[in-house]
Amino acid sequence: MLKPSQLDPRNAVVDEICAAGEPWMGEIRKGQVFRILDLEGNQAVDTLFYNAHDPEERYSAVDTIQKQRNLYLGVGTQLVSTAGRTMLTIVADNCGRHDTLGGACAQESNTVRYAMDKRFMHACRDNFMSAIQHDHDHGMNKRDITHNINFFMNVPVTPQGGLTFEDGISAPGKYVEMRADMDVLCLISNCPQLNNPCNAYNPTPIRLLIWDEQTQRREG
Amino acid sequence: MEAAAIEAPAGPVLWEETLPGGAHWSGVMRRGTALRFTDVEGGANVSALFWNFEEKSERYNMPDTLKAQHTAFLTRGHCGFSDMGRVLFSIVADTAGWHDTVCGVIDDAAMTERFGSKRFQEHRNAMHRSGREGLLKEMGRWGLGKRDLHANVNFFSKVTTDAEGNLSLQAPCAPGSYVDVRFDMDVLMAISAAPHPFAAQGGFHPKPVRLTAWRAGIAAADDYCRNFRGENQRAFANTSRYFAD
Repeated sequence: MLKPSQLDPRNAVVDEICAAGEPWMGEIRKGQVFRILDLEGNQAVDTLFYNAHDPEERYSAVDTIQKQRNLYLGVGTQLVSTAGRTMLTIVADNCGRHDTLGGACAQESNTVRYAMDKRFMHACRDNFMSAIQHDHDHGMNKRDITHNINFFMNVPVTPQGGLTFEDGISAPGKYVEMRADMDVLCLISNCPQLNNPCNAYNPTPIRLLIWDEQTQRREG
Repeated sequence: MEAAAIEAPAGPVLWEETLPGGAHWSGVMRRGTALRFTDVEGGANVSALFWNFEEKSERYNMPDTLKAQHTAFLTRGHCGFSDMGRVLFSIVADTAGWHDTVCGVIDDAAMTERFGSKRFQEHRNAMHRSGREGLLKEMGRWGLGKRDLHANVNFFSKVTTDAEGNLSLQAPCAPGSYVDVRFDMDVLMAISAAPHPFAAQGGFHPKPVRLTAWRAGIAAADDYCRNFRGENQRAFANTSRYFAD
């Protein structure tokens, strides 16, 4: 289901660019709306969410799938935590489908999936490792890096149980918006994968925007 | 339902134990041992998590396992990959045919909603035990906590999708169905025989599971799972480096 947003980027309180292959970390307070914008198209955005006050509670791919009895994320999807609580709700989307089964790329999984000599290519895991090594506010380590969302990524599963990474259905200007139902910490890796079509073999920058609750009321 | 044909384990049995429905268990499965899970009565579910016993931040990784093997479920030939690109376990035999790994584990809230609540005081050991709480209790024994509770395998549960991604739990396994899991590293395993999170409303009848361990030996050069795909060969190569084979 597609649902356009009514929010005006000029009124956003956060408006930042995350370059291709870079990490991003930021807090989204309860009631705020967070938009991830695919600037140039077909860019996978590997995303994790944590309870900002207790990072032990975090986004859970399997609990989200379990609660909605559906594999894909879209408008209306509640992003569920490991404690069974709704962390954020997807409120606008002009792309249509997002993945939460594909996980993040890592040097180690690249050796398995492609070839041993792919070990030294940049990967999402290195962005996550870098972010937690330099974040001193939340006390996170490798155990906290869990199964993420891949916004704008297309991983169809067939009734027979086949699973593939397909060409993206995203395009320049596609976005997804979610309202925070609790104070959350967001950790993103703007995916640098060059070995499969998840980034159309050309990783590109994304734009990240946050609106306050009052602004939404005025514009909604 | 017709009972599945049973082949004896290919090695002397080390130990055998029956896990009552709803109960939980954990233990270290040494490299080269194998464990048969038998769905004795039909309709069992085993929620399972796996770690490298030596370095427990290395653990079963559902997305890496699925994307490397281009599958949304597990059966014979598939391996369980760790986040470090190594093989924690291989499914060397399987009469069930489909094991879910995308639906997570049932928690107390879902158990109460689906089956009501039964506590020890009134019901003694017939009390209700959720999969999530069972796994957490086992994990606590090894110094692990909520941060280590990740996507699990649900042995014996088949969950399929339609074109829109809607999931449904399929018919239970026949009595006597089994799956043989070989451990390709020293693996800490925690399991719960609580129902699958999609188990239907109504009566609460978690089914027992028989565990049979034997020494299978490490994967041979011509091993079926090792050669199931190129990805599996490379993950076994990573595992061999780790053990300095």
